[in-house]
Amino acid sequence: MQRLALDAFADLGAFAIDGIGRLGRAALFFLRVLGASAAVLRRFRLVTVEMLSSGVRSVLIIVVSGIFVGMVLAVQGYEVLQRFGASESLGVLVALSLMRELGPVVTALLFAGRAGSAIAAEIGLMRATDQISAMEMMAVDPVARVVGPRFYGAVFSMPLLSAMFSVMGIVGAWLIGVRLIGIDDGAFWSQMQAAVDVRHDILNGLFKSLVFGVAAGFIAVFEGFHAVPTARGVSSATTRTVVVSSLTVLFLDFIMTAWMFRG
Amino acid sequence: MPASATEPLIDLKGVRFGHGSRTIFDGVDLSIRRGQVVALIGSSGVGKTTLLRLIGGQIRAQKGSVRVAGVNVGELDRKGLYALRRRMGMLFQQGALFTDLSVFENVAFPYRENTALPEALIRTLVLMKLQTVGLRGAAEVMPSELSGGMARRVALARAIALDPMLMMYDEPFTGLDPISVGMIGRLIRRINDAFGMTSIVVTHDLNESLLIADRVILLAEKRVYADLTPAELRSTDDPFVRQFVDGAFEGPVPFHYPAPPLVEDLYRAAPRS
Amino acid sequence: MSVNRSKIDIVVGLFVAAGIIAVVVLALKVGNLASFDTEGGYRLEANFDNIGGLKPRAPVKSAGVVVGRVETIGLDPETYEARVALRIFPAHRFTKDTIASILTSGLLGEQYVSLEAGGDSAYLGSGDRIAKTQSAMILEKLIGQFLFNKASETPGGASK
Repeated sequence: MQRLALDAFADLGAFAIDGIGRLGRAALFFLRVLGASAAVLRRFRLVTVEMLSSGVRSVLIIVVSGIFVGMVLAVQGYEVLQRFGASESLGVLVALSLMRELGPVVTALLFAGRAGSAIAAEIGLMRATDQISAMEMMAVDPVARVVGPRFYGAVFSMPLLSAMFSVMGIVGAWLIGVRLIGIDDGAFWSQMQAAVDVRHDILNGLFKSLVFGVAAGFIAVFEGFHAVPTARGVSSATTRTVVVSSLTVLFLDFIMTAWMFRG
Repeated sequence: MPASATEPLIDLKGVRFGHGSRTIFDGVDLSIRRGQVVALIGSSGVGKTTLLRLIGGQIRAQKGSVRVAGVNVGELDRKGLYALRRRMGMLFQQGALFTDLSVFENVAFPYRENTALPEALIRTLVLMKLQTVGLRGAAEVMPSELSGGMARRVALARAIALDPMLMMYDEPFTGLDPISVGMIGRLIRRINDAFGMTSIVVTHDLNESLLIADRVILLAEKRVYADLTPAELRSTDDPFVRQFVDGAFEGPVPFHYPAPPLVEDLYRAAPRS
Repeated sequence: MSVNRSKIDIVVGLFVAAGIIAVVVLALKVGNLASFDTEGGYRLEANFDNIGGLKPRAPVKSAGVVVGRVETIGLDPETYEARVALRIFPAHRFTKDTIASILTSGLLGEQYVSLEAGGDSAYLGSGDRIAKTQSAMILEKLIGQFLFNKASETPGGASK
């Protein structure tokens, strides 16, 4: 029994030491990625190519999920609001939930699963097949050539995807609320417009998704670049990317929400 | 860079390297003259690839010095290291071609990244390098469509793109059919002499290395065990080297991984709980 | 390769354009960009005895139309009144004898500032103070008043 307890503490200790070491390595790697920014942004073509695979190819899943999330919000929101005789406020409810929270957060979660995992697997496989080493031996910095473009591709794609998600969500809510349930079209839009503030709600939401883009993009390239160069290593890097980015996004969301909407 | 013609291109002195408590090298001394093709042989896991990585500066010696063209590799910063690596080429075990780029783009990669040459000139250079390895016709093919031998020849064309002074080959013959082995072997020799390079070939294939190398270096016991010409190698009576040359089952290199006696192990493995 | 690349550029260009259009749609159709355009508006001030639950950025309405936003709320150090700064959209002008009152939209809705223009021929300019104000209705006070009235009614009948 005592043995078990000691083992548990030893595990906890090992976990903490491992975690702190990992965090330190991540911080150093983040500085390296930022340090390569100038080289990356000067050759924006490379970023464009990455935006094709991480951004453009995520549009479908974002658009479809956005419509469905909006429709669900409309059904649930209407159910509650009509009890208070405020069903006209459906537009406000949907628009604010989408732009402040669901748009950035759900987009980031979907992005981590769809594009983040792909980035981690790709870089991990390049590591496992010596492509990263080959690049280093050709005097080409893989952080500038492979990691940086993928990171910035994610950073630039995320706010755009998030805005698309919000728009599609509102369209979905409009389809359910106005077309199906029969809320007044004018009231739906005008109440929304009266309550939604461009700076406070829209820009804050976009800022959130920019931060999520940095987080999800960085975690994907970090896990991929530091993957153990075996089949299992690459697969666990992929899994960790999804888990760690999802948790990080939710945690950051809490911090930013508390900070932005405190007053 | 004080690098006269007589000075060895590569000079290792008292190199020590290890991972954690496991020492791989302890006191490696090795010098390689310009223009030579040197075969590096030894049992699996003896650290042949590690030696290449030390010379390429991907890892640093814990003791001793690694000098390439008179420069101490261990003391270079990233910029200096990259400047040195522009004069080195390395062929990786499986070729390490960029799988999302075509053959042409793979060979063009070093030019695009390290030079500001105009597109037309890059095209000429790439086609010339591909011609050297006999694969000009495959320029637009993707690496996944190539056979193992062809992929390695493309990787070779990419590695010599910037006309390096030093070429390092990591197991260039592994997993190839005999025809491809002969082809790659002759290419190594021909490229070395045509471009005035120096080559280090890490290999298990003793026959092929005897054909192409000027010197054969046997790594064992964490150091350079023997440094012989092919002729000397054939006639040596050192039991260890002989076992290597003849591929004998029994000899100084044991078949078994170090272990306690079998009987002891079996008793210990008996069920306890 | 170059053909391939320009195709990538076009597709990514479309993607970026779609994203920017989405942002613009959000700004124009969902949010009221006019409310963001506070730079061009002018500022009015009003003092209230009590503002109840009024918050910064609450709407300012006239006849139900949003004509501005509450900019800042502070306390006058001398009179201990609430000092409210309003940012009015430039298209709207109000007479000198305008009455500002704090109302609630619906029974549970948020509070807003209502402006009722009078018949004066002169208009309020930037930085002017609205003289006539009506404070927010405080539910506790209303109930208290109601109970007091009831209590004073019962014994003496129509004593007031």
